[in-house]
Amino acid sequence: MNSSIQQQIVISGVGGQGVLFVTRLLAEAAIDKGLEVFTSETHGMAQRGGTVLSHLKVGGFASPLIRPMQADGLLALKMENISRHHFFLKKEGWIVVNHPGGDMDDIVNPVYSVNADSLAVKIDDPRAVNLIMLGYAMAAISKTENQNTLFCSIGRIRAVLKNRLAARPKMLEPALDALEAGYTAREV
Amino acid sequence: MTERKLMLGNEAIARGLVENGCAVATSYPGTPASEILGAVAVFQKQNGIPMHTQWAVNEKVAFEIAYAGSMSGLRASVTMKQVGLNVASDPLMSAAYMGTRGGFVIISADDPGPHSSQTEQDSRMMAMMAKIPVLDPDSPAQAKEMIALAYELSEKFEIPVMLRPTTRVCHSRQDIAEKVIAETQNLADFQKDPTRWAATPKFRFQLHTQLEKKLTGMAVYEKTAPICLNPETVGKKALVVSGVAAAHAKEIFSQLDLWETIPVYQVLQPFPLHEKFIAQITDAHEDILVIEETTGVIEMQMANRRHVRGKINSSVPRVGELAPEIIENMIRKFAGIEQIRIESAQVPGRRPTLCAGCPHRASFFAIKKAAPRAIYTSDIGCYTLGINLGAVDTVLCMGAAISQAAGFYHAYKNQAKRPDIVATIGDSTFFHAGLPALIDAVSQNVHFVLVILDNRTTAMTGNQPTPASGLGIGSEPLVAVDIEKLVKGCGMDFVRTADPCQLDTFIPLVREAVVHSRKNGPAVVIARHGCLLDRLHPEPSAGRVKVKITDDCDGCKYCIDHFECPALVFDEENKCVRIDTAQCSDCGVCVHVCPKKAIQPAN
Repeated sequence: MNSSIQQQIVISGVGGQGVLFVTRLLAEAAIDKGLEVFTSETHGMAQRGGTVLSHLKVGGFASPLIRPMQADGLLALKMENISRHHFFLKKEGWIVVNHPGGDMDDIVNPVYSVNADSLAVKIDDPRAVNLIMLGYAMAAISKTENQNTLFCSIGRIRAVLKNRLAARPKMLEPALDALEAGYTAREV
Repeated sequence: MTERKLMLGNEAIARGLVENGCAVATSYPGTPASEILGAVAVFQKQNGIPMHTQWAVNEKVAFEIAYAGSMSGLRASVTMKQVGLNVASDPLMSAAYMGTRGGFVIISADDPGPHSSQTEQDSRMMAMMAKIPVLDPDSPAQAKEMIALAYELSEKFEIPVMLRPTTRVCHSRQDIAEKVIAETQNLADFQKDPTRWAATPKFRFQLHTQLEKKLTGMAVYEKTAPICLNPETVGKKALVVSGVAAAHAKEIFSQLDLWETIPVYQVLQPFPLHEKFIAQITDAHEDILVIEETTGVIEMQMANRRHVRGKINSSVPRVGELAPEIIENMIRKFAGIEQIRIESAQVPGRRPTLCAGCPHRASFFAIKKAAPRAIYTSDIGCYTLGINLGAVDTVLCMGAAISQAAGFYHAYKNQAKRPDIVATIGDSTFFHAGLPALIDAVSQNVHFVLVILDNRTTAMTGNQPTPASGLGIGSEPLVAVDIEKLVKGCGMDFVRTADPCQLDTFIPLVREAVVHSRKNGPAVVIARHGCLLDRLHPEPSAGRVKVKITDDCDGCKYCIDHFECPALVFDEENKCVRIDTAQCSDCGVCVHVCPKKAIQPAN
């Protein structure tokens, strides 16, 4: 079954938000499932508050980059990035966006939005927007987009997170909480 | 089945080095190559490998240290970004003549785009100029395999071998299998041979003759020959690819179902291009498209270019990164398929900015206050972003802040009205290439102020230690070099050190330095405050000041325009500034910035 899975996801935000970390969790979850994976990242000067963009390609690909109009989904940690990175999406590609407010009427793609900034303040962890968004995306896509079910489950992401932060137990608990906060935000 | 691990291209290269017995690994950090040596150090520690791993003061020094390892019979490597190779070009040209004993791999990472560099130069051209072979990987996995190939080639032909990854190889991650690291028992064994290792011009001629013979041998060496990816396919057309362009092309060929239509050749070693390949490809095909980054290195070695489309005849863009969508359309056109409209971002990305609480921002603010109309020469590092504050007028290359300051002084010195000149340079860049320029400025009595932005780290590339850190790559204790002593040792009289985040005292200090520079000659201010991102030297939390905006804020935006801190945001609704507490680092510097005194400590 696994060999037929091919998914391309764009993850975008600004430097300091933890775009790279989210990408890495998803990529490691893919490897755990025995899938081939490619990611591509922004490093260097752009990491200083500039726009940061990651590409995640799961399944048999040769190139690390996603071409325009090829992505299955866009995970936008900043709302302003929808207009920046929308061009990567397939016609029917989904968008999961951190949406503190404002108009999104002009978007035709399926959009799942959550105010991760305020959720982060609520759980007293303002830097956890990335994990809240990841949790939210896992819920939104797996539960709603039947045809676009993500290649892995929230359980696998939890396992990867536990593995990654095994040496830093102080960080693990809040990280799992943030993931959960995002995941359950979709259920309400 | 071996376990597959998610590895950054740079980690894969590092893994290749340790799996293949590299015993001396040196580097100077630079995007996109910075993570390679750090990863070597991690593998070294994990596996208890007895090897020498170090950040060197610059790429030339890094090269020479590693090369001596090779001369001693050990496998060695030196790693840098493409502009770093410019700095190391002097030993490179000579080492090509003298050759190697232990395998010697030069990793020079290119940055088509450019994403994080001054130029888009092609390191493969430097390999051509030096007359050494260069390998061009298409992925992290191939980059790792090519390290083994590079060592084999280097030892077989006694020549330094270059591996040229690009940003997309360095900074992509892939699932890769780790091999066991074999124990190597090599001992350093330098054998004196002055006609080789200290060759005079007469012997250099002989070495050059030998080098040409080596090149001829490498151009027929089977293991590095171009590979036909679909040998069953015949056709008048052929596609030639190398590097990450090959990876993009492979995926596009599958999607467009072209594997049975057009033969594809992947070049592993763009220089020297294999003799047989040069002869056969133009005989076998009437229409050849060559896609490579960044210069037409493969293309220019093809003897008969009449049927070749590439960079030379502008069929392939000569500038910028060859994004996969650009390659897709070139392939579509070549295959006679309708091209697609390339969508791109409708809105430009956010410009990068210094972090909230970055000490450089305070330094630049003070410099602008103390010398508002000066010429501001600057340098390579995070502080290049001082451009956003109008405090950076020039950025040429590593170390040039100081020599260009001298140049501006000399250019203006016979005029009645001479501008103040303030140069800014980071601590790591100062060590790298600023020191010789400072000696020159002292000796020429250049009237200028040098502000050394000493944040105790090499911040831009990921907080590598500097010679002043007194720590090695694995945090092992080393000898710390004292910047003050160094500057005084150059003959400087005016040398002051202060914390730029104490703006109330720092601005008058910079003013004093400016006055000194007008009257007497060079003045140096060492602006010392640790980088906020540096985990090795965390800033003490004692000095933190929580700030608030008072009702005195009239929305004049002075702080936003002149201080540009990302934690100060303008509230359009209420027409006043507010603090973004998620970003604010509590540095408290902005208290001294607001002309209306509307930013105050919260307590």
